[in-house]
Amino acid sequence: MPTTLTTLETELRAKRDAGRKLLVPYVTGGLTGWTDAIRAAAAHGADCIEIGLPFSDPVMDGPIIQQASQRALDDGATPVSILEGVRTLDVGVPLVVMCYYNTVHHAGHERFAAQLVQAGISGAIIPDLPLEESALWCRAADEVGLSTIMLAAPTAPDERLPRVCARARGFVYSVGLLGVTGERTTLASTATELARRLKKVTDVPVIVGVGVSNSAQAVEACRVADGVVQGASVVRRLMEGGPDAVGEYVAEVRQALDTL
Amino acid sequence: MSIAEKSMMSDPSESGRFGEFGGRFVPETLVPACEELEVSFRQAWADPSFRAELNQALKEYAGRPSMLTECYQLGRKLGIRLVLKREDLNHTGSHKINNVLGQVLLAKRMGKKRIVAETGAGQHGVAAATAAALMGLECKVYMGAVDVERQSLNVFRMKLLGAEVEAVHSGSRTLKDAVNEAMRDWVASVESTHYCLGSVMGPHPYPWMVREFHRVIGTEAREQCLERYGQDPDVVVACVGGGSNAIGIFSGFVDTKARLIGVEPAGGAAVGRGQPGVVHGMRSYLMQDEYGQVQEAHSISAGLDYPGVGPEHSYLASIGRAEYPTVTDTEVIEGFQLLAKTEGIIPALECAHALAWISREAPNMQGQTVLMNLSGRGDKDVGQMMEVLS
Repeated sequence: MPTTLTTLETELRAKRDAGRKLLVPYVTGGLTGWTDAIRAAAAHGADCIEIGLPFSDPVMDGPIIQQASQRALDDGATPVSILEGVRTLDVGVPLVVMCYYNTVHHAGHERFAAQLVQAGISGAIIPDLPLEESALWCRAADEVGLSTIMLAAPTAPDERLPRVCARARGFVYSVGLLGVTGERTTLASTATELARRLKKVTDVPVIVGVGVSNSAQAVEACRVADGVVQGASVVRRLMEGGPDAVGEYVAEVRQALDTL
Repeated sequence: MSIAEKSMMSDPSESGRFGEFGGRFVPETLVPACEELEVSFRQAWADPSFRAELNQALKEYAGRPSMLTECYQLGRKLGIRLVLKREDLNHTGSHKINNVLGQVLLAKRMGKKRIVAETGAGQHGVAAATAAALMGLECKVYMGAVDVERQSLNVFRMKLLGAEVEAVHSGSRTLKDAVNEAMRDWVASVESTHYCLGSVMGPHPYPWMVREFHRVIGTEAREQCLERYGQDPDVVVACVGGGSNAIGIFSGFVDTKARLIGVEPAGGAAVGRGQPGVVHGMRSYLMQDEYGQVQEAHSISAGLDYPGVGPEHSYLASIGRAEYPTVTDTEVIEGFQLLAKTEGIIPALECAHALAWISREAPNMQGQTVLMNLSGRGDKDVGQMMEVLS
């Protein structure tokens, strides 16, 4: 347990402790309309927004986010251009990035951490950087007060979960199913099972992502978890209907969660 | 174990590092699977009954030991003694069978019912499909759409062997994207499925495990050289994509005085032109742009179209033990024809890279014994070369 909580975690814990379910929409940085989509999501009830930095080889992502990443890259998006865009945002909601580790490694741990902080980012999710490989990055992130959001997976044995949670800052990203990002017709049973296991071993907010595909599934997940990430469902709407469609969808999920 | 402990190619560190290369950079979902695989491999490799079963399969099914062939005509022409390690004569036509027999036996031992594999030229896919058919496992092979086009014969072979082949349309639609898709499959199917990775790459324990399964190439070759020539070769040459056939033959000679040469395609020179990076679960030399986006490799041979390289090669390069020169597609086409015309052996385009380097560098190696790993036969490339040469 860290002696002092990061700003992100303090904010998310306060909301959670006040009875609010946390809603974290994901938007692929550099995708047409992405900054407006973030503004719309913030205006319609997001508690934190995850910004994807597109990578050439996104192994944890399914077809929708792969397609979005490729489009953004084809349009010339780079980590630098996206962070410049982030700097222009003033949405009053904490922002975190989701990026693959080579983006961090290539920039250099300290330099990348500094770039994130300068852009006003509060945390980072690095899906191909498991606990055992995370020490160098975590040191750099801790140094500048960035939250490193660790992922926990349904395949983890019981003894592993407390170790993952002990290293998590901001929230724990509870991976909802065995598989990559993308919409599914039903919520996998693993989503609530893992959230339940995590809630037993940590007080850090537990947020379920991957395979939470609509407001009904978000409600189902949040009967156990502290919140949900909405990834492919948001990105698909941004590609199909633009930022307004994102705003409408986030409002719908918000409303559903507020009934809990 | 005694060889490994003393060798420059010994076991990796606990974190799967060769020097500063390697590691296990995988999604959290796969960490327990990699740990389980590591434990299972360690146990199996130390178990005489597993070794006996594998050795029997290598002998009676794959056709080991593979022989050494001296190229008298070409050697005379180049002014060197040129010796080929004939991995092309193994069942399925390449060295890949060594690794898949090991991995599929291990997968069965672990209780897995299904394997997934990636393939570039199709050699690993064919080998994986073959071993799966032999051992009664379900098999799915991911192959870049570009490669499906280039290597349609191998696609049909895999299907004949009962495997499902899925064309991958993302990214550069070649080997690196096939790896991505196989990893995505594994993330979703990890409880029932073993990922049968085809080279000395990927997360720990793969680079180490696959090397151990290919160590037989180098061990045999060294014994054969000593028996026939009474000495070690001066130079050992192999082509390098991910680097499995090269690691296999290098492992037999890394602790001798032989020069070790891994030949990369000019358009896929991970060691030659790359910088350390992380993709496909490992830290290694990688072709990438100024923001760390992985670049596409371009080579006439689908099997070498890979922007990265196995981490142990990065290590051997970093300590100066092995050299990684490049050859152009034009040189490769010449090398391909040269061996066919002077020795009556049609090499895989991948191996033609090694020949191209030998042919270019022969003036600097006069009188020396050069051992080349002929890791695959060229039947699969005949259709493509018919177009190139017409």
